[in-house]
Amino acid sequence: MDRPAHPVQRRLLVRPRCPAHRHAGLPVPLLRGLSTAYVEGIRNSPLTLVLLFCGLGLNSALGLSLADSVAWDVFWWAVIGLSAYTACFVSESLRAGINTIPLGQVEAARSLGLTFTQNLRLIVIPQALRTVVGPLGSVLIALTKNTTVASVAGLGVQEASREMKLMFDQGVAPVLPTFVGFAIGFLILTLPMGYFFGWLAKRVAVVR
Amino acid sequence: MTSTPLVVLENVNKHFGDLHVLRDIDLTVNSGEVVVVIGPSGSGKSTLCRTMNRLETIDSGVISLDGQPLPAEGRGLAKLRSDVGMVFQSFNLFAHKTVLQNVTLGPMKVLRQSKADAEARGMELLDRVRIGNQAHKYPAQLSGGQQQRVAIARALAMNPKVILFDEPTSALDPEMVQEVLDVMTDLASEGMTMVVVTHEMGFARRAANRVVFMADGQIVEENTPDEFFTNPRSERAQDFLSKILTH
Ligand SMILES: Nc1ncnc2c1ncn2[C@@H]1O[C@H](COP(=O)(O)OP(=O)(O)OP(=O)(O)O)[C@@H](O)[C@H]1O
Ligand SMILES: [Mg+2]
Repeated sequence: MDRPAHPVQRRLLVRPRCPAHRHAGLPVPLLRGLSTAYVEGIRNSPLTLVLLFCGLGLNSALGLSLADSVAWDVFWWAVIGLSAYTACFVSESLRAGINTIPLGQVEAARSLGLTFTQNLRLIVIPQALRTVVGPLGSVLIALTKNTTVASVAGLGVQEASREMKLMFDQGVAPVLPTFVGFAIGFLILTLPMGYFFGWLAKRVAVVR
Repeated sequence: MTSTPLVVLENVNKHFGDLHVLRDIDLTVNSGEVVVVIGPSGSGKSTLCRTMNRLETIDSGVISLDGQPLPAEGRGLAKLRSDVGMVFQSFNLFAHKTVLQNVTLGPMKVLRQSKADAEARGMELLDRVRIGNQAHKYPAQLSGGQQQRVAIARALAMNPKVILFDEPTSALDPEMVQEVLDVMTDLASEGMTMVVVTHEMGFARRAANRVVFMADGQIVEENTPDEFFTNPRSERAQDFLSKILTH
């Protein structure tokens, strides 16, 4: 097919002449610039860097505090860092999902007299979500594993890999079995997630 | 036959960048009339069709429906579009909805009909396009000809004043063309106002009141089907007809 790369997005979401946008007076090009900068900026940074920025930069250097106890303070900074990082991948998945919807369906909905928001709500988003169930599952699995970075990156959060390192340091646990034990722990978390999302993706798939 | 103007285009011009796709188009479609638009590839037929419900904007000129200029945007535009049905070459059914849901979506969400009313009417229309027994299937489970008939029912469900068809049979396997043309011929004989871009000369002869021949963004010739096919006046039309009628 010789469609342009991002058919729906080009015509539906981005074009400033789109009536709904103009009516609401939304500064669409500005929003687009900001979100592109955010997604491209954070998506292309190492997670370690993002978390260091939260921990050393915002928390330690600027003294921004989110909780009274240090443990909770670093915990919430880790949550923010991981959220900011993962949000980029979620948004990229959603964008890919929206791009799979043929422009023709959007035009058909428009020609029935559906408004911009009805079009999004009834035609575009439902189909986009169905196609990205699988990718979103992968993002969630990656997030689960990414929590292990939260201690390395200077935040010192009590997450799994830090617990493991503490156990080694104190010499209370044999190295190899402990490694395997923690790895199995992650498998127990992520394998069912993988199967669940795989199953869900098949169940809700839109046949074309 | 009445001759109340329904869709009127006056001096319409449109460019795609440097390309002048519609040049000083003047066209009137009367209520109850079937107008067939033909012409070589790239002559602007689809664009012309799409300007009539503002899927394409125009650069200058006026298009009006029932005496009212087309609204530029917002609710007014949505309302206008609900009065102008459109049937696409590639069907464009909503893939995540059943056949019946495809037909009832517009009436329920735009015309605010109750589900029961919309479904009753939807089933009636699906029967009319001879596909009532497939109501609960998904588009991907149907043949192209069946999908296109659903698309016609979907357009009809809005009780449009006019339906635009952009090459409705061009994406179909040959054996399915006739079933779609039959439905369209029925509509034409029931008095539906239709603008049809097509290369189906048989349909044009049988169902059209008027043939509009376009070339290079201009309307070169307008005539009754009989006159047009037997006695084309312009050289462009003669040339075009000799090419398509020889095979
Ligand atoms: N979105 C667009 N952007 C730029 N150029 C376009 C666009 N749509 C159509 N065109 C160009 O405008 C001209 C007219 O296109 P149009 O689709 O209206 O022709 P057509 O008569 O329907 O042709 P066909 O028989 O191939 O469908 C063509 O040269 C085409 O390449
Ligand atoms: Mg065309």
